[in-house]
Amino acid sequence: MLGFISRRLGVMALTMVALSLVVFFFVNLEPNLKKLAISQTEQRASPEMQESWLQRNGYRDGFVIRYGRWLGVIRKQPNVDPATGAAVPRFRYCNEPAEARYSGILQGDLGCSSALRSPVAKRLMEALSATGILMFWVMVVMIPVSLATGVLAGMREGSKLDRVLSFLSIASTATPEYVSAIIFTAIFATGLGWLNGSAASAITQGPSLWNFTLPVMTLAIFDIGYVARMTRASMAEVMTQQYIRTARLKGMSFTSVVMKHALRNALIAPFTVIMLQFPWLLTGVVVVETIFNYKGFGWLLVQAASNNDIDLVLACGIVSVVIVLLTQLISDIGYAFLNPRIRVS
Amino acid sequence: MENIGFLNIVAGIVGRFWPVWLTLALMLGGVYFFRKRLGLFGQLFNTKVGAAGVLLCAFWVSTAFFADVIAPFGPTEQTTVMQNARPGAMVPDIGKVYYLGGDQLARDVFSRAVHGARVVLTIAPAATLIAILVGATLGLPAGYFGGRIDSILSFLANLVLAFPVILLFYLLVTPGIRETPIPKWMAGILFLFPLVFFLVLFTSKFRLQPRKLALYAGATLLIGGWLYSGLVFNADPFGLVRIESNELNIFVAVVFASSPGVFRIVRGLVMDIETRDYIAAAQTRGESPWYIMLWELLPNARGPLIVDACLRIGYTTILLGTLGFFGLGMGPESPDWGTAIKDGSQPAQLRLYIWQGLVPALALMSLVLGLNLLADSLREESLKD
Repeated sequence: MLGFISRRLGVMALTMVALSLVVFFFVNLEPNLKKLAISQTEQRASPEMQESWLQRNGYRDGFVIRYGRWLGVIRKQPNVDPATGAAVPRFRYCNEPAEARYSGILQGDLGCSSALRSPVAKRLMEALSATGILMFWVMVVMIPVSLATGVLAGMREGSKLDRVLSFLSIASTATPEYVSAIIFTAIFATGLGWLNGSAASAITQGPSLWNFTLPVMTLAIFDIGYVARMTRASMAEVMTQQYIRTARLKGMSFTSVVMKHALRNALIAPFTVIMLQFPWLLTGVVVVETIFNYKGFGWLLVQAASNNDIDLVLACGIVSVVIVLLTQLISDIGYAFLNPRIRVS
Repeated sequence: MENIGFLNIVAGIVGRFWPVWLTLALMLGGVYFFRKRLGLFGQLFNTKVGAAGVLLCAFWVSTAFFADVIAPFGPTEQTTVMQNARPGAMVPDIGKVYYLGGDQLARDVFSRAVHGARVVLTIAPAATLIAILVGATLGLPAGYFGGRIDSILSFLANLVLAFPVILLFYLLVTPGIRETPIPKWMAGILFLFPLVFFLVLFTSKFRLQPRKLALYAGATLLIGGWLYSGLVFNADPFGLVRIESNELNIFVAVVFASSPGVFRIVRGLVMDIETRDYIAAAQTRGESPWYIMLWELLPNARGPLIVDACLRIGYTTILLGTLGFFGLGMGPESPDWGTAIKDGSQPAQLRLYIWQGLVPALALMSLVLGLNLLADSLREESLKD
């Protein structure tokens, strides 16, 4: 088991290095650098001034050197103003050190956001905790609903209940967040006026039913269908097993067979599926936070990417990749623990 | 402004769709008479779910086909007084109606949704097809040979899969990237796979029949090269095949994002089928590995692959919607559903002019629902025997 985990961690590290290289390459493409230079110098600065800004701030150094600096294995050099000889920070709003030192993500320095005009780490923490609250409520809604739906549909395959629930699950998987957001807003906010169509107040005044129901519902609905389908398939398979038939023939009631024998074995597969839902939820989070104006991680990612905020995009990219890889690892380990037939080797 | 009322709106819309009803009626008639000979396709109509899936898909395909006939207005046609008009508002002087209201730029929401079907139903199936060919070309050898090829390809596939889709699109589909040669390069590589796939397909089969081989390989090179030059270099000698650079960008990004998924499925299927006796028989006959992969393994993996293709077209539609929703790639004038949903989901539109977002949202949902239902009943039918 330990060998398995350490091997997986090795592959994870390799994946992260490769992905961060790719992201680093893309955000540092020439058109993106030019945009940054234009926004940082005055809008009408001449091309030469833009070029000298890029030069001065180290954007013209070699790719490997810059990647190393970002990672924290090569010393970051202070930006020296050629006119005065004094060190000037890259951006006014972040205090970057005046002496050369190792300061990359390995040291916990995520850099400076040029769009939000503050250090990345600070904004990232705020955003992640906001999204954490949202995800917590999504899970609270999604897990019981989807498991119950799946178990009810799967325990009597082909019954009327099964057909209705399966149809509803398929319909919910056909409803991406931007569609359900609009439909729910039309019904509950515009039509009935029961709920608030914006979650902005959830950050300042704390989440409430009034401002948080719509985003949570929207995010949960797309995944409920998928997890419910998986649970149904797993439940239906378990119900055909010999030991279920034996228990029934012994005279146990249907309810207690389902509760005592089938459920335990049927819920192994959905566990991994729920863990693997996190990467999918990420796209949903971005959509939902944009529509409902909730300033969490998804909102931050959109701000970063649409403003080509290099440090912020990199930080968001790394965070999301870590989330994806960690959930994959947890789901694999959890599967091995839950299912005694699987031996990791 | 005159309004024609709810019943007239419904009647008007149903009337506009007449070519679609005609097509559906012809199809249903055909299915009814030739049910016995249609095999799997005929069996789909045995269940309500299957019939609903086929009908929804057929509805949107024929809507896309007859878009010009169905839509009363062009996708970018503006009538200034109709800005944010309510559903059923009549355009003064012409006597034509904005059945589902007007949008912020005074365009007909109904016409745009109909034209949007054409955009979506061109890109989504085409991108899925290319993704399947790319995934199959790489997944077959990975599953069949295993070993180092498998490790490397699987690592690369997992790399793309670990990438958050939304970030991938933000990096790949920005306007800035069109100034660099990256989309061209990616298109050049990704579109090479279908060409390679068909060449290997024919070479492995007709290795000993040079005349047939020359015929098929020549045709592949001719047609493939023609499409390739048009799509990648925008240099089609006949000027028939061309694609806007922003559309190429979207296309490439979608293919890139969904081919690793196909790769994984094909690889898994190959590893499963590989152990069957007929594969061992082919190996004993001394067939070449590529012949076994393409002519023995792949045809026997078609069931799950077709189901996956249906789901994948639906998923690609959702992806395209996401792209449009974030204003990536598609021009702001584009009638595709994602862009329309983005425009309609501004806070003000959501509160006051809900139909602007609701119509494209329902359109997208019904198409994806149709594809999912179709995939589900295909899976059920193929599991039966």
